[in-house]
Amino acid sequence: MMTRRDFLQFASVTAALTGFGGGLSRVAAQQSLTQDDLLSFDAKGQITLLHITDLHAQLKPVYFRPPSENIGVGAYAGIPPHLVGEQFLAHFGLTRGSALSYAHTMVDYVDMARAYGRLGGLDRTATLIKSIRAERGDDKVLLLDGGDTWQGSYTALQTNAQDMVDCMALLKPDAMVGHWEFTLGEDRVLEIIDSLDYPFLASNIVDNDWEEPVFESTSMRDVGGASVAIIGQAMPYTPIANPRWMFPGWSFGLRTELLQQNVNAARDAGAEVVVLLSHNGFDVDRKLAADISGIDVILTGHTHDAIPKAISVGNTLVLASGSHGKFLGRVDLEVKNGKVVDFNSTLIPVFSDVITPDVEMKAQIDRVRAPFEEEANRVIGKTESLLYRRGNFNGTWDDLICEGMMEKRDAQLSLSPGFRWGTTNLPGDDITIDDLYNQTAMSYPSVYRLEFTGAQLHDILEDVCDNLFNKDPYFQQGGDMVRVGGMGYTCDPEGSMGSRISDMTLLESGEPIDASRSYVVAGWASVNEGVEGPAIYDLMEEYISEKEVINIQKNDAVKLKNS
Amino acid sequence: MNTSKRQFLGRTLGVSAGMAITALLGSTRALASVEDVQKAIAEFTGGKAPAEGVVTLTTPEIAENGNSVPVSVSVESPMSEDDYVESVMILAEDNPSALVATFHFTPASGEAVASTRMRLARTQNVLAVAKMSNGDVYSATNNIKVTIGGCGG
Repeated sequence: MMTRRDFLQFASVTAALTGFGGGLSRVAAQQSLTQDDLLSFDAKGQITLLHITDLHAQLKPVYFRPPSENIGVGAYAGIPPHLVGEQFLAHFGLTRGSALSYAHTMVDYVDMARAYGRLGGLDRTATLIKSIRAERGDDKVLLLDGGDTWQGSYTALQTNAQDMVDCMALLKPDAMVGHWEFTLGEDRVLEIIDSLDYPFLASNIVDNDWEEPVFESTSMRDVGGASVAIIGQAMPYTPIANPRWMFPGWSFGLRTELLQQNVNAARDAGAEVVVLLSHNGFDVDRKLAADISGIDVILTGHTHDAIPKAISVGNTLVLASGSHGKFLGRVDLEVKNGKVVDFNSTLIPVFSDVITPDVEMKAQIDRVRAPFEEEANRVIGKTESLLYRRGNFNGTWDDLICEGMMEKRDAQLSLSPGFRWGTTNLPGDDITIDDLYNQTAMSYPSVYRLEFTGAQLHDILEDVCDNLFNKDPYFQQGGDMVRVGGMGYTCDPEGSMGSRISDMTLLESGEPIDASRSYVVAGWASVNEGVEGPAIYDLMEEYISEKEVINIQKNDAVKLKNS
Repeated sequence: MNTSKRQFLGRTLGVSAGMAITALLGSTRALASVEDVQKAIAEFTGGKAPAEGVVTLTTPEIAENGNSVPVSVSVESPMSEDDYVESVMILAEDNPSALVATFHFTPASGEAVASTRMRLARTQNVLAVAKMSNGDVYSATNNIKVTIGGCGG
């Protein structure tokens, strides 16, 4: 752990070394950063909700570059969370070069990352949570885990998520919901749930035979003297976005009618406050907030959006607490006569260099990682350029993966899923096994090699694009566009299904993709059962090791129309 | 609910209680065009254009499995001797054969509620048309998306 003094030196020295324009004022901004400042908050009422979501198994602090594109369509264009960079700063009144500017945007990203360091680390988050519980009193605080907690790292993959289960247990969450959790398979999910001291909630999962609830929908709690109902919502399109065969007995979906029934039932049972702990994605929850009556707060996850404060939709507050442990979300509520009369909210950026790690959690993280520490830290290469994933159309980590698949599987084209999880490597960084698995650790990793016709490729791109840019959020699945190697295209996000993708071009020759011709395509993360091929992490370890030094050039193969 | 043993036989085909079945998947009659669908509705309603409301059609926004998509329909009605739902027809507009099922009710059904599963060839509209004992007709339409397979993250 760095002392505050070390941090200040680190920040200013780095700023000087990198020729960080704007100089003193930025250094001054960094000097204001303390653990107490991060925790400073105008507390309200008798209820504090703390929200962590989409941790993706990141126990240690990370770099995570926010996206350059996060396009909203139709009624959702140009409003949060569909603001990036300078637009984001202007909308929320943040100063370029400030700590919050770094936490929320990619503006000056590499310089800022070197100055402010990594965010997250579950031991730092534990410190914040303990401190808030101590200040408010245990009986006034609920800690809610929005899911995507058990997948996304080397150690989570090796331990079938036991590392995350053991560490999360120390935080004593009050409830959780799921998405990638289900890719551990029905049996393992149920085994873990049996071992939890807190409920795993899902209002929207029913069994396939009788359409009866599989999990509890609601947890009723007394918080600060008020009755609070927590209703859980799993990622509605898990069986479509992820392999259905891994949890064949369960059906998901939005199930808005069932949700309204569960909200009504909670109110009838005396709930003064109804909280939806959701893995729906931001735009889905923005729409849901207007469609469902009786929800006071939606703690939303899945789309990895981080918004500095809760957004009001009618009488519902929607808080989006980011991903990868970068933020701890907080909503305080004052309840009088069975109604929320006042509130305050914030996202606390978990600046790892200024927060004292919680001793107990640090020891637990060290313990669960110990059997894997040496392998996890093994260096397989080095990068000269910034490697990140997040973005609507591509990211340099996926450019690298697409390149690796084409070369190792001798394919003309490659497809890499538009996952939003995956951390960032700065230029000059080593690439370790941890880094590689932060992009690839999952339970259906086979890299296929198949022939697709140009027409089929067009259908795939249109299909995924509609999952991202359908003007009705209820049809959005929450992933980004499938990444394509070896091919360029033009995308019109405001178009309709079947008309968004044009000018598909084979980059090697510059020729248009021929609808009737077959192309050899390599790709990973197919949702089909029995896919054959090497695991993506093995293939990429080999590729990166052989290359030794990675340098990904700017990728402008995807052109945008009308946006 | 007042359900006779005879009516309960319908359950073996995955249909909830309260009605007998006259048609399910596999009808030999092909309804390939919009005109054919319109004609089938007209035959069912006796040429009357269905009004909106009264019918609630429940389907997933996106099908998890296009081969087995759950569909439920309920129709508001007192289900009394002189005011009840006679029948409800479900159609999938773009299936090779559009007719999914027709459910028949009597006042003894107690409520006009039915559910079954259907196969959907592709993204399309699914319609439920209800015929009341007084000759009124109502309909509801849902669009159900059938995807190739997403990349959710």
